[in-house]
Amino acid sequence: MARTYEPVIGLEVHAQLLTRSKMFCGCSTEFGAPPNTHVCPVCLGLPGALPVPNGGAVEMAIRAALALGCTVRNRSRFARKNYFYPDLAKNYQISQYELPLNEHGRLEIEVDGVKRRVGIVRIHLEEDAAKNLHPVGAGGDTLVDFNRGGTPLMEIVSDPDMRSAAEAEEYLRKLREILMFAGVNDGNLEEGSFRCDANVSLRPTGQKQLGTRVELKNINSFRFVRKAIEYEVMRQQSVLDSGGIVEQETRAWNVEQSRSFTMRSKEEAMDYRYFPDPDLPELVVSDEMIARARAQLAELPAEKRARYRSALGLTEYDASVLTSHPAISSYFESCTNELLKACEKPLSPQQAGKRCANFIQSEVMRYLKTEGLGLQVPVTASRLAELIAIVEIGAISGKMAKEVFAQMAATGKAAKKVVEQKGLSQISDASVIDGEVERLIQAHPEQVEQYRSGNKKVLGFFVGQVMKATKGSANPKMVNEALRKYLEG
Amino acid sequence: MSAVRISLEDVRHVAKLARLSLDEQEIETMRKQLDSILDYMASLEQLDLAAVEPTFYSVAMQAPLRTDVIQPSLRRDEALRAAPMEKAGAFAVPKVMDGEG
Repeated sequence: MARTYEPVIGLEVHAQLLTRSKMFCGCSTEFGAPPNTHVCPVCLGLPGALPVPNGGAVEMAIRAALALGCTVRNRSRFARKNYFYPDLAKNYQISQYELPLNEHGRLEIEVDGVKRRVGIVRIHLEEDAAKNLHPVGAGGDTLVDFNRGGTPLMEIVSDPDMRSAAEAEEYLRKLREILMFAGVNDGNLEEGSFRCDANVSLRPTGQKQLGTRVELKNINSFRFVRKAIEYEVMRQQSVLDSGGIVEQETRAWNVEQSRSFTMRSKEEAMDYRYFPDPDLPELVVSDEMIARARAQLAELPAEKRARYRSALGLTEYDASVLTSHPAISSYFESCTNELLKACEKPLSPQQAGKRCANFIQSEVMRYLKTEGLGLQVPVTASRLAELIAIVEIGAISGKMAKEVFAQMAATGKAAKKVVEQKGLSQISDASVIDGEVERLIQAHPEQVEQYRSGNKKVLGFFVGQVMKATKGSANPKMVNEALRKYLEG
Repeated sequence: MSAVRISLEDVRHVAKLARLSLDEQEIETMRKQLDSILDYMASLEQLDLAAVEPTFYSVAMQAPLRTDVIQPSLRRDEALRAAPMEKAGAFAVPKVMDGEG
């Protein structure tokens, strides 16, 4: 019988900080600028240029650390990580080694009902390397763009606390969410502002000692993280099952072939010869600075979800959709607040929250998706609140609201304006509705008899007939009331 | 005068990491010189330094922090002026494969 093994997984994440300028110089961090237009003597590594740390980056890293329960060091140290590669003009990267800025954090995850607390070993500051390009027309040369060089990064190192690819994926999703809500990272995997390396090893189930670990480099989507780790677990298992030994190495994931291949063996492993950077004195962070970062830390997604459920009565599902991105949750929150203020009919916070949650999750998100707008909602939260308020007082039906919303998004007009111009107002005139109901009752004596002898389902038939006659513009609530009055009265 | 602290192998390894090409004679010279540096430092071992914090910095100051403000960058032609090879606004180097860092 084959032995069973337990996968042991630890993750290293490089997250780009949302600063305007680079880590050690004032060049812009803007993504997508023409090559080598955001460079200076410092980030080009020219002789004599000296680095000066970006206070904003330090503050953001502290904020992230506090969100992840880390201890912030008052005194930490920058170090040089030495290696030769064209993306690194100085032949060393400024990073932190001994005495990193933040240590000893944790992140709680839950997969299939099983909760796990993943330890965070450290969160340190470093600078990004430049970007190597291999364009076809370059005659086989590699082109180096230093715009990215020197961009502030946090390296977030977890303990080897995860036991499956699913847990690793969940950890990354949670981490990304927290960093986005802490306002320190844009969570953009495609542009490389959130990158992940995974360390994977297997050990016989029940054994304490860890097996030989393999490092998987630069996996750039959640789906690939899962696939790459699952692949690696299977690969190591088949090596062990056939009596082999797992070699310590670095492997890279190949998306096209859905398999990994060796990048570097143990013998080729890097020897970075870290040492304190003599160009940079000790990084000293005062308690006031830590307190300031703590004060700036916004409500985190887990807290938001709890509040949406308890204070606004949303379901777990709704709460999680609305906290999938800080832009969505802030849109939802302002819409709810505006609705509470703007609606002529007094609403409870739960009612307002539910109305906004429903509309945003259906109409708004569908519109963003079909129009390919990402998270750029073309209708402001207060204008959406006005629309929902109009539905609430019965001026238009919920069905009409969808059409009005699409118009508002396309034209930039306010809800009332669209309703007026399209003549969409709902029929809320009792005399019109009563007249229609009366006419129907006379035309369908059989159904009236059925209703009166106890078949209440027939009500639906009448509602449908009124709607048909009024082309869907009758106020449904009033139609229901009128029908009951005539049928039961 | 004392035990060998640095082997020829150590020198070769460090030279390789630093991309230095040394002949056998130079390797032996380097070994002797590095050895004597470590010998010199070893004299510190005679002192009781248990209560002394290691000195990592030669100046007693803390890193000044910069405000997160964008400063003008170099003009591209200026930035690329000293490049041995330039293509499409980028520094061109002989082909390299997988990424690092």
